[in-house]
Amino acid sequence: MKVLAFAEQRDNKFKKSAFETVKAARGIADELRAEFVAMVIGSGIESIAQELGAYGASRVVTADDASLAQHSNTAYAKVIAEVAAKEGAEVVFLPASQMGKDIAPRIAVKLGAGLAADCVALRVENGNIVATRPVFAGKALIDVRVRTKTKVFTLRPNVFTAAADSGTAQVEKAPVALEPKDFGSVVKELKVATGRPDVTEADIIVSGGRGLKGPENFHLIEELADVMGAGVGASRAVVDAGWRPHDEQVGQTGKTVSPTMYVACGISGAVQHLAGMSSSKYIVAINKDKDAPIFQVADYGIVGDVFEILPELTKQLKAALGK
Amino acid sequence: MKIAVCINHVPDTETKIKVGADNVNIDKTGVNYMLSPYDEFAVEEALRIREKFTGDVTVLSLGGDAHKETLRKALAMGVEKAVLLKDDSVRDSNGVAKALAEELRQMSPDVILFGKQSIDYDNAQVGTLVAEMLGLPSVAVVVKLDIQEGKVVCDREIEGGHEIVETKLPAVFLAQKGLNEPRYPSLKGIMAAKSKPIEEKPAAPAEVQVQTIHLKKPPAKGSGKILSTDDSAVSELIRLLREEAKVI
Ligand SMILES: Cc1cc2nc3c(=O)[nH]c(=O)nc-3n(C[C@H](O)[C@H](O)[C@H](O)COP(=O)(O)OP(=O)(O)OC[C@H]3O[C@@H](n4cnc5c(N)ncnc54)[C@H](O)[C@@H]3O)c2cc1C
Ligand SMILES: Nc1ncnc2c1ncn2[C@@H]1O[C@H](COP(=O)(O)O)[C@@H](O)[C@H]1O
Repeated sequence: MKVLAFAEQRDNKFKKSAFETVKAARGIADELRAEFVAMVIGSGIESIAQELGAYGASRVVTADDASLAQHSNTAYAKVIAEVAAKEGAEVVFLPASQMGKDIAPRIAVKLGAGLAADCVALRVENGNIVATRPVFAGKALIDVRVRTKTKVFTLRPNVFTAAADSGTAQVEKAPVALEPKDFGSVVKELKVATGRPDVTEADIIVSGGRGLKGPENFHLIEELADVMGAGVGASRAVVDAGWRPHDEQVGQTGKTVSPTMYVACGISGAVQHLAGMSSSKYIVAINKDKDAPIFQVADYGIVGDVFEILPELTKQLKAALGK
Repeated sequence: MKIAVCINHVPDTETKIKVGADNVNIDKTGVNYMLSPYDEFAVEEALRIREKFTGDVTVLSLGGDAHKETLRKALAMGVEKAVLLKDDSVRDSNGVAKALAEELRQMSPDVILFGKQSIDYDNAQVGTLVAEMLGLPSVAVVVKLDIQEGKVVCDREIEGGHEIVETKLPAVFLAQKGLNEPRYPSLKGIMAAKSKPIEEKPAAPAEVQVQTIHLKKPPAKGSGKILSTDDSAVSELIRLLREEAKVI
């Protein structure tokens, strides 16, 4: 048996989720006593492919071609499915990132495989992989088994750990034979916001709600975030009010996040908000209403006014972190 | 322009999820259902495309009779036609996609819209599965959709940025919040929807590929340390974060 993991890179830099996916997949391969191979797609990626050795990939296959510099779901899926078929991989892992979610279903159809999406835990039981996935916005969890011979799994970013070791990789190039018709869609332009990390990738998130009273006060959130290198999030109430862009919205109809620490400021903790962030490792709440539901999920909280607490917290953290 | 939208009927966002007696499905008693929010953006976008280019909009939903409620909501918003692919069982994503793809293949619309994700099982895969089954291009997590002469330009959200993606019709698009502001059905629309027919067909059968073996509640959180405001609250919080949680 063989296990294949797709390692996502953008701009020839691996995403953190690439290392998480490779490491978790290697762990499952070991448990299944299966061979393991990782795969990278892009243009000029030969040199970075090596890095996967430190996360358990002793073999890495690359699909390196100028036409693959930018993501194209049809072309990427074709290349991965071809390598999976050639390698005889029965298990394929991808990150449940925007890229992974865009290609995993296509790979599943091509391989006649069932897809368990957005998994947060994996285990092997009598030689079968059992995956755990959050459903109903994290209000419940299901354990699933994929019954097809070939199986595809996507793993939620920021959930699986990925420590590097001293392992090294042998890198091989897969032949790439793509025609124009294989590119169903093409990325014409990539607009990457610079500065703060996106909430889905941030290790720490500082999030603001209606308690901030207006868009002009969000500098309090941003300043606290910047001290810690954190991402900035928002409740739907403030996104709908136009105070913040919708790509910052956390919750059932926004983004699902699982950072190490989530700091909710002036957010009541409505069930739809909790749905997007309750799997955070530590939750900190600052709210002037001691009965706000956010305190029921908070590990730490301060009952108080954000306009007093936030500047003080930023100031003291700056001092504590030597900034 | 022939437009199709696939819509799902899901527990509303306030629902408290209870584990059913079989430990596999949810307990449906007292659960209210709604049109899945991302699918509502998809319906709105379909109406806007029709208003701009003329044509007609068909909504499809796979499920039991209860899904008619959600189909009616789309009719009330102004779509022309509703189709229920009838099946009372709980299907996996492949099972849903296969039946939808079969129906869509016969319809062969120019534009097929989905939500980026149903807020029940949060799979975020049916739209892209259907696209692959039909051999069509797809653009996911779309916040802007601009149909031009001979091409479609989309703005799609990715982590920390946006991709401007170009494709050609016929194609599949997966709606994200931000794409538009869905309209409320007018009273006239609601009245008209009551008399519009919903076409019923059996959903094409499919095998179970992904089987749920257990549904459970997430582990409960222990009660946290809540500090009242006094002068030391902030420094105490920082101490806890550094020494106890070790997060900074
Ligand atoms: C279909 C649907 C989907 C939804 N999806 C989402 C979603 O994805 N994400 C989401 O967030 N919401 C979502 N919601 C909305 C959700 O129900 C809440 O309305 C929203 O989360 C409330 O935002 P808020 O906490 O910022 O505002 P409020 O509920 O108004 O809370 C403001 C809080 O700030 C506190 N406060 C006020 N002043 C201060 C001060 N000076 N200092 C400290 N605290 C202060 C108040 O005590 C209060 O607790 C959804 C709703 C529906 C119906
Ligand atoms: N039962 C269904 N009937 C019709 N469309 C569906 C159904 N389930 C999912 N969809 C569509 O597929 C999208 C993605 O769903 P999912 O992959 O289940 O998260 C939804 O937003 C709908 O547009």
